[in-house]
Amino acid sequence: MKVQATDWLLLSPELFLTAAGMILLASSVFVGKAKEELFGFLSVLMLGVTGVLLVFVSTMPERAHGPILGGMFVVDNFALFFKFLVLLAMVLTVLASVRFVGEAPYPGGEYYALVLFSGVGMFFMASGSNLISIYVALELMALASYVLAGYFKGEIKSTEAALKYFILGAFSSAVLLYGLSLVYGLGGKMGLADLAQLYTGMQRTNAIVLGILMILAGLLFKIAAVPFHLWTPDVYEGSPTPVTAFFSVGPKVAAYAIFARIFYVAFPKFQADWGLIVALVAAATMIWGNLAALLQTNVKRMFAYSSIAHAGYALLGVLGFQTKFGMWGVLVYLLAYTLMNFGAFGLIIFLEAKGYAAESVSDFNGLAKRNMPAAVVMLLFLLSLAGIPPTAGFIGKYYLFTAAMDAGYAWLAVIAVLASAVSLFYYFRIAAAMFFTDGVSAKIPVSYALTAAVIICAVGTLVIGVAPESVLDVLHRCVPSKY
Amino acid sequence: MNTLQQLPLLSMIAYIPLAGALIIMFLIPKEKTGAIKAFATAVAALDFAVSLPLWFSFDRAKAGYQFVERISWIPSLGVDYHFGIDGITLLLILLTTLIGVIAIYSSYSAIAERQKEYYILLLLLQTFMIGTFCCLDFFLFYVFWEIMLVPMYFLIGVWGGQRRLYAAIKFFLYTLAGSVLMLLGIIALYFYNTTGFLGYKGLGHAATFSVPKLTAVAAAMPPELQVWLFFAFFFGFAIKVPMFPFHTWLPDAHTEAPTAGSVILAAVLLKMGTYGFVRFSLPMFPEAVKTPWVIGTMVFLAIVGIVYGAMVTLVQKDMKKLIAYSSVSHLGFVMLGIFALNMAGVQGGVLQMINHGISTGALFLLVGVVYERRHTRMIAEYGGLARQMPIYATYFLIMALSSMGLPLLNGFIGEFSILQGAFAKNFWWALFACTGIVLGAAYLLWLYQRVFFGELSNPANAKLPDLSFREQLTLAPLVVLALWIGLYPKPFFDVLRVPSENIVRSVGGATMTPPAYAGAPGTGIPAASGELAPAAPAAAVR
Repeated sequence: MKVQATDWLLLSPELFLTAAGMILLASSVFVGKAKEELFGFLSVLMLGVTGVLLVFVSTMPERAHGPILGGMFVVDNFALFFKFLVLLAMVLTVLASVRFVGEAPYPGGEYYALVLFSGVGMFFMASGSNLISIYVALELMALASYVLAGYFKGEIKSTEAALKYFILGAFSSAVLLYGLSLVYGLGGKMGLADLAQLYTGMQRTNAIVLGILMILAGLLFKIAAVPFHLWTPDVYEGSPTPVTAFFSVGPKVAAYAIFARIFYVAFPKFQADWGLIVALVAAATMIWGNLAALLQTNVKRMFAYSSIAHAGYALLGVLGFQTKFGMWGVLVYLLAYTLMNFGAFGLIIFLEAKGYAAESVSDFNGLAKRNMPAAVVMLLFLLSLAGIPPTAGFIGKYYLFTAAMDAGYAWLAVIAVLASAVSLFYYFRIAAAMFFTDGVSAKIPVSYALTAAVIICAVGTLVIGVAPESVLDVLHRCVPSKY
Repeated sequence: MNTLQQLPLLSMIAYIPLAGALIIMFLIPKEKTGAIKAFATAVAALDFAVSLPLWFSFDRAKAGYQFVERISWIPSLGVDYHFGIDGITLLLILLTTLIGVIAIYSSYSAIAERQKEYYILLLLLQTFMIGTFCCLDFFLFYVFWEIMLVPMYFLIGVWGGQRRLYAAIKFFLYTLAGSVLMLLGIIALYFYNTTGFLGYKGLGHAATFSVPKLTAVAAAMPPELQVWLFFAFFFGFAIKVPMFPFHTWLPDAHTEAPTAGSVILAAVLLKMGTYGFVRFSLPMFPEAVKTPWVIGTMVFLAIVGIVYGAMVTLVQKDMKKLIAYSSVSHLGFVMLGIFALNMAGVQGGVLQMINHGISTGALFLLVGVVYERRHTRMIAEYGGLARQMPIYATYFLIMALSSMGLPLLNGFIGEFSILQGAFAKNFWWALFACTGIVLGAAYLLWLYQRVFFGELSNPANAKLPDLSFREQLTLAPLVVLALWIGLYPKPFFDVLRVPSENIVRSVGGATMTPPAYAGAPGTGIPAASGELAPAAPAAAVR
């Protein structure tokens, strides 16, 4: 497998994004604090160019030739879906950050550059088709994220979040790496497709299964599944809210990309070994994520547990990867989740104007009286998160429940729907606060960038809920191929 | 008639309130409360007017669904936008549109704050309720079924009483918990029809959620699978009815909701559950329904609901709560009729759904009238009101008598038919249910006595004005309906006959012998033994 010139063209979005991050980083030295909004718009512009490049790549016939750069990466529809999704998450994050970065006493260019670097890692994760390239991409994403978590370096909570994220992230990476080394040591292969080929003629050995389970544990850490979730609430609470919003969608989505690809392509043969474990983890994640969220009064912690629960739902799709709705459901759900979860965080950021932190549920009190459109949009996101039709969240959950039933996990589907019903209770505490109580009548300054981000999420949530056909159709073509 | 059958009449009825809500939302500023009220009433009235042609052009003799609309919605899943009605839903839709007008019109003085949101929510609720009754696609049904909870949640939570937050979320969570299990049942049906699941071999048909199609498919499933799915649907419906022991959300929700909310809850939302049993559970899972322990459980729960509900009603001190608990008892009757599985029972059960909507809806309106004047619903606060408010007392008496099933009023017809059906099936069922009627008379008459008779003991009641013209207008249509059904129920039984026959036949009633309709001449009440008219065509599958 030799390297061709078009290989670089296929990776042009990543290359451009890397350059863009560096430009932002370098130029922040020359631009004063007063003109920092510029960086926000510059980042959106760069992300827009990246989007154009992605569209261009998606039309390239060379994509069909299989893995590129010696089997390191693959640019299939599956990868492109995740790249578009990560791009969406980045655009939303940048839009949601403009006001916050302007108010923070730290340099803004760095911030946007870190978001972009983290995004490059996620892009490579989406494309990785070799255990080594996947691992390096994961670390690239993670390193940038650690710094982002500690962006408020003057605040102890933010520093704590960064440190926790770093230590536990490094730990989980080590576990993952150990699993990778076992798998490599026992087969001598690193490419996912090569591994799958190798295993077809190979007996199951405990050592291979151990390697697979360690990879599984490492990845479950990254998607924050119970019992590997303990870092999430602290990191989500401590990080600056736009960063939390980014963490709740970006890294999670990317981690799902590699999770799905590794287990779908390389290890389906050993499903008997990992299937039950994933099923139990999914059950525990859905139950504990939702129950723990019930007890939270801090909104960011509540959404941390809610995002844990959502990771549990998505595992249903991974379990049903052999069925029609499994992988398809994961894609539908992750898209829906990105839109609705980021939208909800967008509203939290919206309320976090200077001197008014939206940390507790009661900060939503009386929002309906102060700003009815904001309250209605938040309600839409809450309904979607709780899986009430006709919203994107319902369509996504429908697919996952269907996949679980189809794959023979009816008991898991029962747990999932009941857990989903429970989730309504804590989501609607916010709804009740917004609509049923009186709150302070502080005038909230409007940020147009943030408003744009929220509108994108709201329109997406509603459109996928009411007229999902075209989106479903596109996503169906993004179900991964076996590279 | 043909032109009417071609108009998308059902969609118009369903979406006129939605359009009205959007117009209020975007075009009428919230300060113009008068305009909002007038417009909302006009929209509801228009909706009622548009729904009336259904009654006149509905073909009573035709089996299957009428006014069918069908377009593809999510082709990759096999989901259609599929509307259509039969006689049962015809009555329920007319009830919904009528109650819609009454609910809005009755709120003029009761709701003083956040009026714009209130009328928007009422109109939205109406769209979702009508959608639920009309749709013939399980996916769409689930969408309407769930989304319906949202406006009701806000109606209770914003304009409700003291414990409104608790009542609102309890209502939402209870009904949601039931309906998500129903969703799994729907998914299971979908797979049974296509690729199979959990070891059951699928039929390999094209993916669909069509109610008529899946009903036929489900009815041919192996009995043990039918039992499983019956219970998956059971939770969705039983909580909504509500059947004992799932009824505890109801007194809270009813009591805390604003008057119009209670009226809609009682008159329409509770009917969703019984409607679900009639429309889905019976025809889809006949083997499960005929299983002795299943039917035994259902009837047992129904009878416990009747008797227990009535006994709890007896001791209530709050008028609204009293009416709310009486619903548990009345809905128990409906369930008993449905699970008698014969013509008299099913027809009576469905008619009693309408009757309960009329009489309990009216009673909630009446309680709302004095609550608006005195801001208390405690029975002990009243007494001797008949002297001060004679017109009010008259309306209340008519509706109380209708609710307790006095002959010549609507409740009698429904209960009689249900008891006929139950008696034909099992003497003891009817006997136990009869105690519910006795207790019903007791709690209503006792309520009436305490509130209306005797001296006007509480000076706070001395200056209460009698019913206003507007209040009478909201009540009069219900009185007329109660008298109509009580005196001449034949048109209603005629509408219900064909769909009821199909349902009864699907659960094995077809083996019985004619002749039919020897019950009470002229009333249209079917014969006691619940036989069917011969040779009616089988349910048309579209």
